[in-house]
This record gives sequence, C-alpha cells and structure tokens, in this order.
Amino acid sequence: MAVDPASAASLTRDTEVIAEFVDVHRHYRMGDNIVRALNGVSMQVRRGDYLAIMGRSGSGKSTMLNLLGCLDRPTSGEYRVGGRDISRLDDDALSDVRGREIGFIFQSFNLIPQLTVLENLEVPLFYQGGVGPESRKKAEYLADRVGLGQRLEHKPLELSGGQQQRVAIARALMNDPLFLLADEATGNLDSNTEQEILALFDDLQKDGVTIVIVTHNPAVALRAERTLWLKDGQVERLDDNRSEAGRAAAEAAARSHGGAQ
Amino acid sequence: MIRDTWRIVRLGLKSLMLHKLRSSLTTAGILFGVASVIAMLAVGEGAKREALEQFRSMGVSNIIARSKKPPETQQSSTQSSFSALAYGLLYHEADLVQSALPDAKVVRIREIKRPMMRGEHFQASIVVATEPEFLGVANMSVFEGRWLTDTDEMVLANVCVLGAKLAQSLFPLEEVLGKTVLVGSDDRYEVVGVLRDQGRSAGAAGVTYDECMFVPMSTARRRIGEEIMTSTGGSFSRERVELNEIKVKLPDSDEVPMAANILRDLLLEAHKDQDDVAITVPLELLQKEEESKRMFNIVLAVIASISLLVGGIGIMNVMLATVTERTREIGIRRALGAKKKHIIQQFLVEAGVLSALGGVVGVGIGIALPHLITAWFGQKTITLPQHVLLAFGISAAVGVAFGIYPAWRAANMDPVEALRHE
Repeated sequence: MAVDPASAASLTRDTEVIAEFVDVHRHYRMGDNIVRALNGVSMQVRRGDYLAIMGRSGSGKSTMLNLLGCLDRPTSGEYRVGGRDISRLDDDALSDVRGREIGFIFQSFNLIPQLTVLENLEVPLFYQGGVGPESRKKAEYLADRVGLGQRLEHKPLELSGGQQQRVAIARALMNDPLFLLADEATGNLDSNTEQEILALFDDLQKDGVTIVIVTHNPAVALRAERTLWLKDGQVERLDDNRSEAGRAAAEAAARSHGGAQ
Repeated sequence: MIRDTWRIVRLGLKSLMLHKLRSSLTTAGILFGVASVIAMLAVGEGAKREALEQFRSMGVSNIIARSKKPPETQQSSTQSSFSALAYGLLYHEADLVQSALPDAKVVRIREIKRPMMRGEHFQASIVVATEPEFLGVANMSVFEGRWLTDTDEMVLANVCVLGAKLAQSLFPLEEVLGKTVLVGSDDRYEVVGVLRDQGRSAGAAGVTYDECMFVPMSTARRRIGEEIMTSTGGSFSRERVELNEIKVKLPDSDEVPMAANILRDLLLEAHKDQDDVAITVPLELLQKEEESKRMFNIVLAVIASISLLVGGIGIMNVMLATVTERTREIGIRRALGAKKKHIIQQFLVEAGVLSALGGVVGVGIGIALPHLITAWFGQKTITLPQHVLLAFGISAAVGVAFGIYPAWRAANMDPVEALRHE
C-alpha cells in the first residue's frame, strides 16, 4: 500500500523539514539487468522526529540508508538536506554534508581502533577544521551526556560493546548534525544493552535531537514515533506509533514481518 | 595548520604502531638504502680527496719532466756491450727551459740509488742531488738544522739533508745534526738538516722524499759522476743519466697549460727518437682525476639509490596492504566527512613517516659507517653534509612517491563498499 506523501507529512508535528526524498529512484546495473533498489520513494523527516525505517532484506533499506547518509546519490529524484538538493553535488561537497549535517551510528560501532575515545570523538571535527581546546570540552560534555563518564583516554577495544556504541553516539553528536542516522544500532548488543541504548535515544530525542533509525527489528522500530515500511523499493506504509490506531497497525505489521523473518 | 599537521603525523605513527614488525622491516629497507648512499658517497669522496691530494702534493703550479729508460728496442741499437746506456734529460736542457720560461723556477734533480749507513743502522735509499731552490718548489720545509745553500753548491760541501723517515731509521736514538752518514762504500756526508715529515706520496723513483737524502748537485757530480754502474744477476750494466728530473714551478697555476706546451715542444721534440723523457703536469692529472672521480661518485650514488628504490617498493607494498586492511577505517572516515584529499593526505603522511623514520636512523648509521670503513680498511672517507641531506631527501621523496598510488587507491574507494568491508 503506497502512502501519499502529503498525508504522511500531516501525521507529523508541523515543524521544519530537514530531510526530504522527492520521488527518489536508485537503480543499479547488474550485468544486463537493472535492479530498481529504490523505485520512487518520497518521505520527509522533520526537526525533532524519531523515525524508524523498516523492511526485510532486499526491501531497499540499505540503499535508503546510503542515500540518507549522502554516501550515495539517487539515480533520479531529489534529496533535500536542510532545504538544499544534494543529489547532484560532487564528492567533496557531499563529504562536507556528511561531516556537518549527518551523525552516523553503525551496527558494529566503527570506532577507529588505534585512536583513543577522545581522538575518535574529534575525528568529525578534524575534517571540518575544528579541533582545538573547545573540542575537548565538547567531547567531555558529550561523553558525560551519553553516560560514558571518564573514559576519554581509553582505546575502543578496552570498552564493552555498549560503551563503544555510546562513544559512537557521542561522536555522531560532535558536529551538531541535523539528524542522527543509525544503522541497526543495537544489532550487535545484548538485549539489556539494547534497552539502555534505546533509552538513550529516547532521552536524546526529548532534548530535541532528530533520529532516523534503520532496522529490521520490530521491537526497535516500535520505539520510534513513526515507522516507515519499505517493500520492493517503495514505501509500503507509514505508521504513527503515538496514536492508538497507528500503534495497533504497527504492531500488527511488526508481527507479520516478524513472522516472515 | 601546524597543529593539524602534527595530528596527522601522530596518527600516522599510531597507525604504524599497529604493525610494529612490519613497519620496522619496511623502515629497515629505507634505512639501509640511506645508510649505503651516505657511506658510498663518503667512500667516493674520500678516494677522490686522496687522489687529488697526491697530485696536489706534486704542486698544481708545477710541471715535472722526468728521464725514463728508453724501451728495449731502442736500447739494443744504441748500446754496445761496453759503452754506457746514455739517456734522459741533460744539464743544458734545464738552462733551455729556464730561458724559455724566465719567470719560472727551474730545479735540476739527480737520483742515485745508494746504501746508507750510520753505525749498525743500514738503509738502502736514494740520494737526491739538487739545488737550493728545490725546497720551495717541492713545497717542503726544514724540521731542524738547515737546508742546502748556494755556498754548499759553490764549495762542493760534503753535506746532506735527511728526509724525516730516513733520519728516523738511520738515527733512531741519537741526535742527528752534525753526524756523518756513510753513503755507498766510501762517501761520507755531514748531516746539516732534517726535513719535516711531509706525509705525502710525492717523491723520487718510487720512494717518497721523506725517505731520501738530499745533497748539493755540484758535490754529487764531483763525487759520484754521471755514470752509474749497476750489477744485476752477475752482468754489469752502465747507465749515463745527467738529470733524472727537472721540476718547473710557475708563478701561477694559470700559466701551467701554456708552459706545459712549451716544455713539450722543447723536450719531447729533442727526445723523440729515444723516447726517454716523460712530462707530468699535476694540474692536468688533477683535472682528469676530478672528472673521473665525479663519474665514479655518480655511479656509486646511482647504485646506492637502487637500494632506496627497492626500499620504496617495500613501502608501496606495505601501504597497499595497509590500505586494504584499513578499508573500513577509510569508510568510517569518509562517512564522518573526510574528503578524498584528507584520505590521500593521511596515507601519504603515513608513508612519509615510515620512510623518514628509516631516513633518520639511516642518516645516523650512514654517518657512523664511514668511520668503521676507515678504521677497518684504512680507506679515507669524507661525509659531506650535502650528501647526508641528499640521501635523506631522496628517502623522504621515495616514501611519498611510492605512497601516492596506495593513497590514491584508498581515497577512491566507494565509501559504501568500504563501510561494508569486513
């Protein structure tokens, strides 16, 4: 079931749109075939949003993640970040958008092993030319904010998985991005730690941080305010988990997806 | 800017520390290259200076004409069994040279092989009969006593001056001045002076002047005569040589080429038939030697640079492996906002740090190595600062040059693929 983008927008609070897909296609050439990984997706992310993107493997989830993260460019259509179409930017300009506007959080944490926690936190600032005495202060503040405490001089491998993911979240926040983009952020964590990280996301969102989380885990998706279901490269449905009806629909969908997994 | 550069260098060091053994082995490749470039250039430079010193000690403003035994074919035609073999420079030829080159100092030299004795100390050496001007022309100086004078020459004085080494072997313990030395079977000469050890190789007929005895020309002519009888293997041969050498000292080395031409015209022409005179121009030899040593040095440097090239290939190899291993790190950095140029910068600096480390240690070893070569093999070595800089510069350049391709590969990875890399 395709959802009209206008009605999807009406489900959200009437705030500024910070990321927007307008009829986005992403096609890959595989030999003689053309794979339509995304086939006309439109959606919006508004400031303060907490959106989960759900779908089975092959639904176009990963492609959508790559596009949202400006790691890839659409074959056609527009992707607007902060009101600016970035779908035709060159490599350097895209790098700048990634560095300034997007805070990546990965399934396998992706910290740089030879650097300390503090140095890992400073990496995004470094590429924007902003490493200095203030960056240490900011790193200390964010480490505290994500519940890391005094572990700035540790190497990533000296930390537990949950702690590593907290470092990654702090790192994603270092440049005050427009939104956090999490890829299966709890996929490598045990269920207790998963709950802690999800609680941290709730917390951050309360403070006004916009979060987009890509997952195949219904439990994780239901923690978000909205869930966007992808199927065969198209938006299947968009549920508002805050309303009774929306939540029921989402849970039903989750059950069917969970069953299919 | 400086802080950022330092940050990148430190990151490079940290990344290299991830593989300590691999990094040190690669560094060793550059290290040996740098050390061998420096050491080889030092050996080359030392050999060059040694050769140049030898020619310089003959005097760069000097021209030397020497008598030489004519080739066998000419001998047989001119020599009957009883007459002496006469060859070489003549007394009056020195006068001709002097009148052709009025500004030059012209010194006649005769060399006679003689056994010398003082008490039980014996030394077979060479009596050099010469004139007072010799001292200045040969660029030697008196250590004690005095040198031969015009008066000695005039009165045919029975005096001699000893070279430093000869004095040492004839008078190992005694005071030298005023003593007499027995030359041959019955000639006695009073020692009036000893020369300073010149420590150089210039000298007469295969013997340095340090080992010679110097007597006045007029005395030698009277006492020894022109004919010299030598017995070899039971048969006697007589030689008649008036002068063994004429040394010409020009007031300035600029005048050497012209004077050399005049001398050649004058002497070689007259001795063309017998081919018994050779002219040596130290300045020409010096220039030739400088040219050939320069080539020699270039060849040495090229050979040593090949080892740097091999080191560079090692760096490239390791950097390619590093880039592959750290594909994910590259992906992460790209996702966090790194541009291609940042990735290139990072891996170039890493390669540069790798080779610069080798360069620094290599410079240390390269400076130490020539001293060992000198100590063990007696080969003179000279390490020039510009050679050290050159070697270090080449090593750094090699690191960067061989780092370019791996860095380029790293920067051009697709960020999506790189992030997915396990």
